[in-house]
Amino acid sequence: MKDKRLLVSAIKNGTVIDHIPSEVLFKVVSILKLDTLDTMITIGNSLESGKLGKKGIIKLSEVFFHDDEINKIALVAPCAKLNIIRNYEVADKRVVAIPDEIVGIVKCVNPKCITNNEAVTTRFTVVSKAEVKLKCHYCEKITNQSNIQIT
Amino acid sequence: MKNKNLVSISDFTKEEYLRILELASDFEKNPRQHILNGYVISTLFFEPSTRTRLSFETAINGLGGRVIGFSDSGATSASKGETLHDTIKMVSNYADLIIMRHPLEGSARLASEVSSVPVVNAGDGANQHPTQTLLDMYSILKTQGTLENLKIFMVGDLKYGRTVHSLLQAMSKFNTTFFFISPDELKMPPDYKLQLDEFGLNYHESKDLNEFLYEADIIYMTRVQQERFTDPIEYERVKNAYILRREMLEGCKKTMKVLHPLPRVNEIHTDVDDSPHAYYFDQARNGVFVRMAILTSILGVK
Repeated sequence: MKDKRLLVSAIKNGTVIDHIPSEVLFKVVSILKLDTLDTMITIGNSLESGKLGKKGIIKLSEVFFHDDEINKIALVAPCAKLNIIRNYEVADKRVVAIPDEIVGIVKCVNPKCITNNEAVTTRFTVVSKAEVKLKCHYCEKITNQSNIQIT
Repeated sequence: MKNKNLVSISDFTKEEYLRILELASDFEKNPRQHILNGYVISTLFFEPSTRTRLSFETAINGLGGRVIGFSDSGATSASKGETLHDTIKMVSNYADLIIMRHPLEGSARLASEVSSVPVVNAGDGANQHPTQTLLDMYSILKTQGTLENLKIFMVGDLKYGRTVHSLLQAMSKFNTTFFFISPDELKMPPDYKLQLDEFGLNYHESKDLNEFLYEADIIYMTRVQQERFTDPIEYERVKNAYILRREMLEGCKKTMKVLHPLPRVNEIHTDVDDSPHAYYFDQARNGVFVRMAILTSILGVK
């Protein structure tokens, strides 16, 4: 009998980002600017997951992230898991953690902020991690988790 | 404090506030010293303000400095679409310091990052107005003899009022007990009350202006604006509940002073004006000395 499940193929060396909630998968792609990468990327979405119900997964061949590059995704996918693959084997497992400062990813929720009226890269201090609250470096207003919009 | 920007009240430490207030006191005793001779200071007012602008210009002129600038961006290239970034870069080539007021929040912070000279924020939208806070503190210090352990009443629009938010941030460092008197729609936002919790400070909230007034050292009045109310009937109901009248001040401490950032509309009745508690016009006068202290500290001449 044919195996009709859709499988996301394995990679030899690289990084797998797993347990991404389906609804934020493309935000993660956006945050990591994956559209600018040249290497082989496999993206799967709405896959069955015991934990999440539905999940997304991104497999990046020959790509390894520094903590500060990958931790940004914790804003939208705080429970994402990273598997570092070498020679088809899981060499290391990591989790993501929200950094203390977010530069250039999130839009300020305040329409009267200078960043929404002129070409300025946004900058936020993370003032709360459990319930994500970002304080704009410019207008000092708080953007809540529910208002987070990726630029 | 040389070359430091003053964008938010939190940019300065408690020690720096106290130094400014001490300097302001010196300037009040001796307001005509030509220590800013040779300095050119710009006042860039992208939105109108009579009091703040004239106060700064008096401070500069009184100390022998010269002013360049504008009081309405309609007459500048901003109306042609020139960005704030470009305007600031250009002006920082001309002046030794930039004082700016702008309708967008965060504009002064951006200016401080772009400018090669120090920036003093004279008001960025609904965000900060730190020189107002410093003159409020000077007024409190002058009339109460101290900044420590006071009971400060904040009345009116506590939700949108940048002056009360800023004053709260500064005075939290001095063990203040706050009393917040406002209609429900305009209560002090939770984030500010959280800051007080972090400092271990007590505060009280009430809708009734008459309650507890006898405890006040300072009553800081602000205007309840019609445009802040979604329900016009609710506005009609509350608009007169936060008007301070002379008779309400009987029983108050002798040393209690009434402050208001001005302009006042009807929230302080004119019958209060010649009461010994009325301090709001002196408060505005203090602005000149405090601004002298700020400018001379940042330029490094004092």
